[in-house]
Amino acid sequence: MKRPVIEARDLRFRYADGAPALNGVNFRLDEGECVALLGPNGSGKTTFVLHLNGLLEGQGSIEVCGLSVERRNLPAIRRKIGLVFQDSESQLFMPTVLEDAAFGPINRGMSRPEALERAMAALKTVGMEGSAARAPYHLSAGEQKKVAIAGILATDPEILALDEPTTFLDPPGQRALAELLGALPQAKIVVTHNIPFALALCRRAVFFEGGVIVADGPVDEVVSRFGWEFATAAARPRR
Amino acid sequence: MHHIVLERWSRGASALHRLDPRAKIVPLLALLAALATARHALPEFSAAVFAMLCAALVAARIPLFAALARAALVLPFAVVFAAVCWLSGDPARGLALALKSYLSALAVLTVVATTPLPVLLRGLELLRVPLFLLTVAQFLYRYLFVISEEAQHMRKAAAARGTPARPLESAGARFRAAAGALAVLFARSYGRAQDVHRAMLARGFTGRLHPLFDLRFRPADAAFAALASLAPVAARLAIERIR
Repeated sequence: MKRPVIEARDLRFRYADGAPALNGVNFRLDEGECVALLGPNGSGKTTFVLHLNGLLEGQGSIEVCGLSVERRNLPAIRRKIGLVFQDSESQLFMPTVLEDAAFGPINRGMSRPEALERAMAALKTVGMEGSAARAPYHLSAGEQKKVAIAGILATDPEILALDEPTTFLDPPGQRALAELLGALPQAKIVVTHNIPFALALCRRAVFFEGGVIVADGPVDEVVSRFGWEFATAAARPRR
Repeated sequence: MHHIVLERWSRGASALHRLDPRAKIVPLLALLAALATARHALPEFSAAVFAMLCAALVAARIPLFAALARAALVLPFAVVFAAVCWLSGDPARGLALALKSYLSALAVLTVVATTPLPVLLRGLELLRVPLFLLTVAQFLYRYLFVISEEAQHMRKAAAARGTPARPLESAGARFRAAAGALAVLFARSYGRAQDVHRAMLARGFTGRLHPLFDLRFRPADAAFAALASLAPVAARLAIERIR
């Protein structure tokens, strides 16, 4: 039996304006598993992901690789879970691609040569080693996404959490990203509205609605249960 | 975008580009001090400084006229104060203000155009400039382009929705639209700052940006720094003595 790398129990969260975002989320992710987080806008998917490494703090409990998500464990937890944000522009904040990819390793206390070696290796994994000296804002959206992923891979996390990874990517870029992620051994959580991408990458999906998980199962079953197949949506009777 | 042009210039390969940033920052400070405190023979001293800076730009293979034009961006601000001095009966002070402002901008531009920003910031850090200021400068530079692009998108979106038919209404509506757009831009920038901070925390940021490279201050850098620091001071003393 595979060991769980994430276990969330009865997770609840309200934003500062009082709006409830999570209303009792229970979730488990096993090592090496890839799960798609589906659901309408505002259903709590991104809020949930931001709880996994303590960027938001709610009620309930979360364990990441056996560590409880609490202040004293955050440095260790942030080493174990790599978060790729929806907007790569916000994630690539260093002056050059190489410096950005090396940001995580150097914050984890690696020596500069080791951090640079890790960063170059991660850039090579995503096919961006030729852009190491470029400034992030000169890159296309697809290239930015690859560099953002490289910045996470350079930290060698056990879990990858990706928030809308296909945003701004054209279909060939989406396919290349699915192939790249599919080849990585880490457990993955993929927040997406892109059903073909979810089908290509994950076997399991959970469906968020109103801040809770209302379905958990194979991607095609969850998609069909909620009528989320884009191509047949017009012909399908509304739920 | 001016900063993209500057960045392209800063990635050149001339001897001036290859110098340690400290070897350029120290002479820059010397020149700015000499310029700011100059009172006598200012036109002649300004001409000498102008010639030195032009020579540096040519040696660095920076397009001279483009650089001179970019430095003139400070003139609209300087000229307002110069005009106030002129109108209050002190035209010499007005002229001095305009000259000093332009030449200072040209000197700063010469250093920025021959030093990639990460290297320049590292040089400033090693010269004990507060790290907080340098971090702010780095992030401002990084996101200036993103924010200005957002502003351009909003301008296009406003233009696409047309303007009121009557001129007076149009002016009022434009003002309201610009004020609204500015507020939205501020809110978006604030939101982006939060996202950037979260992305930094997620990758282990603990409050300090660690440099990835070291700088080497070689004898050639020291020699250049000494000569380039002395040159404007010597020129000023010589010109003042001749006068």
